Amino acid sequence: MKRPPLPTWLAGLRPRLAAAFALVTILGAAAASGATYVTSRTTILGGVQNPAMDTLVERVKANMVLLATPPTQSSLDTFASALDGAVVVYGQMRSSTGTSLSQIPPELRTAVAGADSVQFQRVVDDGIPRFAFGLPLLTRTADGRTTHSGVEVYATVSLYQQQAAIDELAKSAWQTTLLALPFAIALALLAARQVLRPVRALNTAASQLGHGQLDVRLKAKGSDELAQLVTTFNNTAAELERTVGTLREMEADARRFVADVSHELRTPLAAMNAVTDVLDEDAGQLPADTAVAARLVSAETKRLTRLVQDLVEISRFDAGRAELRLEEWDLATAVTDCLAARGWRVGEGLAVDLPEGRTAIFDRRRFDIVVANLVGNALRHGAPPVEVRVRTGEDTVDGAGREVVVLTVEDHGPGIPEETLPRVFDRFTKADTSRARSEGSGLGLAIARENARLHGGDLTASNTPDGARFTFSLPRYPAAGARP
Amino acid sequence: MAGVAKVLVIEDDASVREGLELALRRQGHEVRTGESGERGLEVLTQWRPDLVVLDLMLPGMDGFETCRRIRAVGELPIIMLTARSDDIDIVAGLEAGADDYVTKPVEPRVLDARIRAVLRRVAGERTGGGSAERHGDLVIDRAAMEVTKRGERVSLTPTELKLLLELSRTPGQVYSRQQILSAVWDHDYLGDSRLVDACVQRLRAKIEDVPARPDHVQTVRGFGYRFGRT
Repeated sequence: MKRPPLPTWLAGLRPRLAAAFALVTILGAAAASGATYVTSRTTILGGVQNPAMDTLVERVKANMVLLATPPTQSSLDTFASALDGAVVVYGQMRSSTGTSLSQIPPELRTAVAGADSVQFQRVVDDGIPRFAFGLPLLTRTADGRTTHSGVEVYATVSLYQQQAAIDELAKSAWQTTLLALPFAIALALLAARQVLRPVRALNTAASQLGHGQLDVRLKAKGSDELAQLVTTFNNTAAELERTVGTLREMEADARRFVADVSHELRTPLAAMNAVTDVLDEDAGQLPADTAVAARLVSAETKRLTRLVQDLVEISRFDAGRAELRLEEWDLATAVTDCLAARGWRVGEGLAVDLPEGRTAIFDRRRFDIVVANLVGNALRHGAPPVEVRVRTGEDTVDGAGREVVVLTVEDHGPGIPEETLPRVFDRFTKADTSRARSEGSGLGLAIARENARLHGGDLTASNTPDGARFTFSLPRYPAAGARP
Repeated sequence: MAGVAKVLVIEDDASVREGLELALRRQGHEVRTGESGERGLEVLTQWRPDLVVLDLMLPGMDGFETCRRIRAVGELPIIMLTARSDDIDIVAGLEAGADDYVTKPVEPRVLDARIRAVLRRVAGERTGGGSAERHGDLVIDRAAMEVTKRGERVSLTPTELKLLLELSRTPGQVYSRQQILSAVWDHDYLGDSRLVDACVQRLRAKIEDVPARPDHVQTVRGFGYRFGRT
């Protein structure tokens, strides 16, 4: 069975530490008060009981001679009168003065009857505590043994004042304990804070580390376990920083290499590219084999050119040198221009749904790259009709409440294979492995997404029941001050 | 044939130079080449081309310096050729006085289209008649393709002149950068608006008293430019 979770205010270490600390303090205070109470009570009661008993014993011893053997009523009375309020009992007889026998509990009578010394008992009558005690008178027989003479002396002492003093003591003990409570809690909180401060600092630092702030370090104070933990944390962070730094350097090197290679390739490609038209135009007049070779060289040069251009483009994103040129444009015009520039005509397997007179602020060239890539892919890999839809306005807002432009491109083809879907924006991912060499460079979607993200937007892929859908979203007005 | 031009290609890489020469010749242009900035300037003075295609990355005197030297000689149109499409290079090239740019590897058709667009700027206005217009201290003579400021001739490149002619056609009207690109550069589609900004800077330097506080070509923030006061 699972325990129900603690309420949040109790779940932290701080309240639990504080509670435990307070409990220990209260228990300590209560124990101390209790012990004091018990000792004081014994002392207070003893201070009354013992002298009373001693006095009675002294007087009995001193006035034994007054008692006749066997005692008569008059000798009992005489003896009792010398005993200052005590009652003397012999069988059915009792002295005419002294405490009423009803105040002597029967258990005490029984105990005294069977004992050789003073017996006592505390009784409470009508809420008034009283100390009752009694002793038997012993006689010595002819053979030297001592035996009960049958005479018993009883007396009582009121403990009313003592009880009041003890009650007062108990009350003050409770008060002391209660007074200790706020001190205990304050002390507990202080101690918890002392223990938890380094813990909280560690938590903050670890969270910063998690957010990529790898240079975060803590100052280790003292040499306790927490200080050791801080040292371990610092060492871990340092090692992590070093490793990540190395990895980043390696990645930057790799990317720089790709960028350099791409740049180096552009010059020879520029030369080759300049003459591909010549090859294409003259191929018809060449011998058959040479014509095939010429056309192949021309076609592959163009392909290679596209690939290198895409590599250069993505290298610029990797190097963080991609620049956003934001201007306000009409959305419908931007999309129709993009389609028209590629010779894609609306109506021929291509449908558009564009808002009229809606503008947004974006980088026209980058927007164009994204739209052309999505529509081109849909036309190449999907099946018609391809639908391009743009929505913007009050009903399209992102999590932060910013207005966004949402552009979707849907085709009615086989869709994207489920296993490819998560990698569709990775570099050189091709949806159809059987078509290892397609027209594209394999970087198109990666570049498109980089462009979308540069705008503060995103590009996502999903499948509809009858095809693939790509959703390109970007903030309509990227920054508060950007709107012209 | 209209649009056929004498083109000087300054490019250090022999293959690129030969390739471009072949491609441009096939488009009907007359082509000479130079493998360095110094050599290019020599050819320039002897041969008097209509237009220069200039590589930015040159050994010795670099493309930017060559560009400035060509500008110092005359108002010859210059199209930059850059292997690096890095934005900073493009801006620097435009500031050095280039009229347009293409990035390597360039499509010969694209380069040809840019060349013809530049040449149209030179030829375009001559058909339009009309007398000279006065705008403050500036006189624009559309027929003679001439601009004078306080009686002195202002030397403008064809692109700068075309920009001024377009803007001054309807003083006070605001033109967006895209409209200007379309009208002046013939970039109907996705032109680079930095071309406009750089050209406006150069034009202001020549026709304004204080380029930082222009009287004639004024910026309409966030939208474009307009000629004269409203």
